[in-house]
Amino acid sequence: MQHSDQTGSAAPPRDSRSAGIPDTSRLRALYRTMARIRAFENAAEIASQGGVQAWGLATSAKPALVRGPLHLSTGQEAVAAGVCANLNRDDLLTSTHRGHGHTLAKGADVNRMMAELFGRATGTNKGKGGSMHIADFAVGMLGANGVVAAGMPIAVGAAHALKIRGRPEIVACFFGDGAVNRGPFLEALNWAVVYHLPVLFVCEDNRISATTPTGPMTGGAGAGARAGSIGVPAEKVDGNDVEAVAATSAALVAAVRAGAGPRFLHALTYRFKGHVSVDPGAYRDAAEVARALESDPLRLARDKLLARGIAAEVIDALDAAARAEIDAALGLAATAPWPDPAAAYTDVQNTGANQWR
Amino acid sequence: MSYSQAAATALSEAMRADPSVVALGEDLGRGGIFAQYRGLQQEFGAERVIDTPISEATIMGAAVGMALAGLRPVVEMRVVDFALCAMDELVNQAAKNRFMFGGQGRVPLVARMPIGLWTASAAQHSQSLEAWFAHIPGLVVVAPAAPDDNYGLLASALASGDPVVYMEHKELWGVEGEVEPGRHVPLGRARRVHDGGDITIVSWSKTVTTCVAAAADLAAASIGTDVIDLRTLWPWDREMVLASTARTGHLLVVHEAVQVGGFGAEIAAAAAEATGCRIRRLGAPRIPSGYSKPLEDQSRVAVPGIVAAAMTLLRR
Repeated sequence: MQHSDQTGSAAPPRDSRSAGIPDTSRLRALYRTMARIRAFENAAEIASQGGVQAWGLATSAKPALVRGPLHLSTGQEAVAAGVCANLNRDDLLTSTHRGHGHTLAKGADVNRMMAELFGRATGTNKGKGGSMHIADFAVGMLGANGVVAAGMPIAVGAAHALKIRGRPEIVACFFGDGAVNRGPFLEALNWAVVYHLPVLFVCEDNRISATTPTGPMTGGAGAGARAGSIGVPAEKVDGNDVEAVAATSAALVAAVRAGAGPRFLHALTYRFKGHVSVDPGAYRDAAEVARALESDPLRLARDKLLARGIAAEVIDALDAAARAEIDAALGLAATAPWPDPAAAYTDVQNTGANQWR
Repeated sequence: MSYSQAAATALSEAMRADPSVVALGEDLGRGGIFAQYRGLQQEFGAERVIDTPISEATIMGAAVGMALAGLRPVVEMRVVDFALCAMDELVNQAAKNRFMFGGQGRVPLVARMPIGLWTASAAQHSQSLEAWFAHIPGLVVVAPAAPDDNYGLLASALASGDPVVYMEHKELWGVEGEVEPGRHVPLGRARRVHDGGDITIVSWSKTVTTCVAAAADLAAASIGTDVIDLRTLWPWDREMVLASTARTGHLLVVHEAVQVGGFGAEIAAAAAEATGCRIRRLGAPRIPSGYSKPLEDQSRVAVPGIVAAAMTLLRR
């Protein structure tokens, strides 16, 4: 797929190193966020094994701790970490079906996130949504979504409300490369331009739409070109380089906050896993996957930290701390209470509550 | 006051009382295509009465986002046929949001989608799809039949805090009636528009008037007809309908929508289960609405058909 993205008018520094001194403490913080996402998803994947019947795989006799489908963002952590590092707690965010990383990076509590995947009453959604609908409104995370591109109209509506209410917050709208072929992509980008809204569109381009490569399915010059044609300035970035994502999105977020209208970040990355937890992704070329693994965002960030004099033990300690945090979350989730069956009848609607037939 | 003015009055009162109420849709600045927004943009400005692109999916989806970020949007879909371009946003997003996110947010929005035959408007501007939305958990469905109810039900819909599918009838806009300021009509309560003890007729929207005319004909044949205007389809007023059918033992449900899979089937089945009454349904045949009058008339429910159905039900 060819990409010829339009560049924003006031091009900012694209990398913190261009300021002279590498910002090692910031990179360390970004690495820590990525390590927490990786640890969370690895643990969730193991906990889900045998839980979902699909792709011809039978469920195991032993019930899985995570019984529903997991859409893992393993390999894409730099986009979530880099963009969310520029957001405040009160900023809003809409996500995709692959939303663990966005949720965690926006500041959600991992214990409540894991409890949600386990279907427990202590989960972020009280066990009513699971992985595909994970959300934490308290940190502005307005929800993962089971429908491709469905978060985009919601994001521009939230931004529209912020503008009408005279609020200073902005909205970050995450979506995948598959979403650019749905109508709401066009409608939402146009809407953001027409009403000059404070929204950052983030196309997390993992190059595959479910199990089919996006390139042959997509006309024209790609996501950024489409955004540019509607009048949303777009920047392309290496979505596996967390510093580049953070620096580029910092500039775009600053423009959005300053009232410049919508901006578009096209982040090129790669999904290491299959479409969903039970999908081994065997339809992909092994050499392509091997090449992608060399650009693992955690590996790239680790190499940079080492090159800047951070000891391997320090980085290992970040990894170990992330795993320990997630181990604790697993333990809490496994012993958390199940929802009361009566909860199936709450949070539906007030008008006519108690009339179910 | 006309049916359309009644709605504009209810909305303008809500907008004066609550700055978070906004309206968005195509052609609203000009008053809406049925004058049901007349004068609102002049009073409240283009920021609160929002002219939108022809982007039904994003009109509805943006309203969901607006609701989550502190507004109470009123969405205009022009006709229910166009709301089909916004089905994901209404059914998967607006209706599900509160539940699937565990009650973290609510989506107080009113989605207006006019229904019904509208002379010579053919297959894509004539449908009555209320049953589709009554089927969806999370949605309230309202179908006012008269100006006072269009005022009073819209006010209650705006105040409810739930996603409400609000279905006005395109051939009622010019109907005049008394509207009492401040008289809000509770959602979920039907109204009895004709009294009688032999048969119960349940209807809603424009066919309520047709049923009242049929009740007059039935009275001439010494048949007493209870006509109930349901007003709200979900939640529907089981109490009033079941009390009436328990008394009359006969229920005829009449609606303009296609009879097959229509909401009349739900009312009839529920009443038969609860009271053992005899039931009959009358709706449009399962054909698209035709343009030419002889064709369109096949889709119209008229007085003779209602009288005949009642007679058949009563075995007279």
